[in-house]
Amino acid sequence: MSDAQTTQIPVTVLTGYLGAGKTTLLNRILSENHGKRYAVIVNEFGEIGIDNELIVESDEEIYEMNNGCVCCTVRGDLIRVVEGLMRRPGRFDAIVVETTGLADPVPVAQTFFMDDDVRSKTKLDAVVTLVDAKHLPLRLKDSREAEDQIAFADVVVLNKTDLVTPEELAKVEATIRAINPAARIHRTTRAGVALSEVLDRGAFDLARALENDPHFLEAHDDHHDHDHDHHDHDGHDHHHHDHDGHDHHHHDHAHPSDIHDVTVQSVSLRGGEMDPKKFFPWIEKVTQMEGPNILRLKGIIALKGDDERYVIQGVHMIIEGDHQRAWKDGEKHESRLVFIGRELDAERLRNSFEACQV
Amino acid sequence: MPTVAPLDLEGHCVAAVFLDDVPHFALADGTVHRLDHGHKTVQANDGLLAAFHDAANDRLITGGEDGKVFAIAAGGNAAELASAGKKWITSVAAGPQGAIAFASGKTAYVRFADGKTKEFAHPRSVEGLAFSPKGMRFGVARYNGATLHFPAAEGKPVELEWAGAHTGITFSPDAAFLVTTMQENALHGWKLADGKHMRMSGYPGKVKSLSWSVKGKWLASSGAPAAIVWPFSSKDGPMGKAPLELGTRGNAMVTTVACHPSQDVVAVGYDDGMVMAVRFADAKEVLLRRPGKGAITAMMWDRQERRVVFGSAAGDCGVIDISA
Repeated sequence: MSDAQTTQIPVTVLTGYLGAGKTTLLNRILSENHGKRYAVIVNEFGEIGIDNELIVESDEEIYEMNNGCVCCTVRGDLIRVVEGLMRRPGRFDAIVVETTGLADPVPVAQTFFMDDDVRSKTKLDAVVTLVDAKHLPLRLKDSREAEDQIAFADVVVLNKTDLVTPEELAKVEATIRAINPAARIHRTTRAGVALSEVLDRGAFDLARALENDPHFLEAHDDHHDHDHDHHDHDGHDHHHHDHDGHDHHHHDHAHPSDIHDVTVQSVSLRGGEMDPKKFFPWIEKVTQMEGPNILRLKGIIALKGDDERYVIQGVHMIIEGDHQRAWKDGEKHESRLVFIGRELDAERLRNSFEACQV
Repeated sequence: MPTVAPLDLEGHCVAAVFLDDVPHFALADGTVHRLDHGHKTVQANDGLLAAFHDAANDRLITGGEDGKVFAIAAGGNAAELASAGKKWITSVAAGPQGAIAFASGKTAYVRFADGKTKEFAHPRSVEGLAFSPKGMRFGVARYNGATLHFPAAEGKPVELEWAGAHTGITFSPDAAFLVTTMQENALHGWKLADGKHMRMSGYPGKVKSLSWSVKGKWLASSGAPAAIVWPFSSKDGPMGKAPLELGTRGNAMVTTVACHPSQDVVAVGYDDGMVMAVRFADAKEVLLRRPGKGAITAMMWDRQERRVVFGSAAGDCGVIDISA
């Protein structure tokens, strides 16, 4: 129904290890004067010092769907809480879900795609991950979750930067960039990021996602190839400089050789116009076969004979795509796709992607 | 021709019931409205999430965002029965001898008529609750199955396993079968005598409403463009049998079902607000209410078998009189 579409409530997912600053950021979201009301779903009431009747405590319940797919997991508790909240929708403008430090962000995100009721009433806005600049190297050593949270993020708030030296900070940022070249990174102390940079991002909105981050696919692919991405700079590179003066990552490129404990990789692909008869079966097959290894994928595809840009995004085996907007005059009809995941065969992905070209 | 007496309220209707033959409507904001010589209102929970009609005691049990359990009796009496702290009460049920059960997070509570309360901790969230019609026994729907407790006795619970998330639960009126709704578009059943499984799948949507027909011969369900009605009269339940599909519409989904108290007839509520009554024997349909503003979320027949009270997600509630 069209009116259900227009009233979909945006949901921001806040992840990050214990001590990274989630509570500080949450307190700011709840107390700052931004004219919006938030319902907050937390795992424990804990230290949120704000009296707000719309803080809901919920036990993390990861439910595997009974369809034989191990990566098809949802947060059962969120389904119930969102259903309850949405029965009285006039009380808030948006929802924030705070996960536990050790939480896997994937089931949270998938809930907003896989459950029809949740999907009809809410839409995932962005996954925001807080990172403690001092303790990230340690976290990456002792857990896979810390890496997953970064790999899955649309926005990384690199917090507590005052506790490290500029060299350490550069290294931590390079590590984050190596795990996730697509995320925006904000360096902060005391989670002091502008709330407009974490809320209402539209990162999962096909129409907005890639427009917000015109540079995401330009980011340098780290582990495997250093050749394809650097060459053909086009119109896109012009806008990105004025969008993100606060983003430091363009200036100091990572040398991943000295980054240990990183198991997530990204594969950035670039090509010309695609044959839709080849591309769609290909992406379907890739996500079916490689789904468990793919954390996120995003892309802009130039389809042959199509006047509009086609954008796709995915989480594990779930993919969605839609026409976004008409190609502008003089805009290069180019296809770009980035996979973030584990054990991805970059060479095979590249060859099979390029084989879909016209 | 059936006539509809509308009652336009603001908000999602969680329960629509007759208490002492008076229509009552419990809304998500915790107000309970009744049509008792005029429109009257009483406040129950601050945020009402779950409700169960306690037929034996002619009352409505509610649980809510405020962590409280209320009993609403005819005449506008809302009494707080229990409280479980700051967490939401997500499910409530009523059982024999005035006992009630409610769930908050991973704990199920039983409150006996004398006010004594017993806690049942679970490793995972308690998703749904129902008492057995026979004996002091209740069932919990949970991840990967259901658990049966015997709150009046000491002893181990009975675990019934089936992979997947079970969200709602009901016993057949003869206590022979247990049926759960699932996160996926299916029902699961157990024959309690031998633990035999029953899979009831093929729904295009989640099943959120179940209703047993008179003497438990059939189980009607929502979640499809028709009311899906499974035969339970043989000793193995619906196994190997096809369900009836009643009130099929091409452009709407069934959201609520309510079986007639004495005849094989079901009231079927749709997502566009339409209500029909359909007879099992010949699938004959009678339109009870034209489409309205929101999906039908609650329905109940009265004891005289003359009226159906209904509520919707948009608050356009009312009472249908089929004898007029």
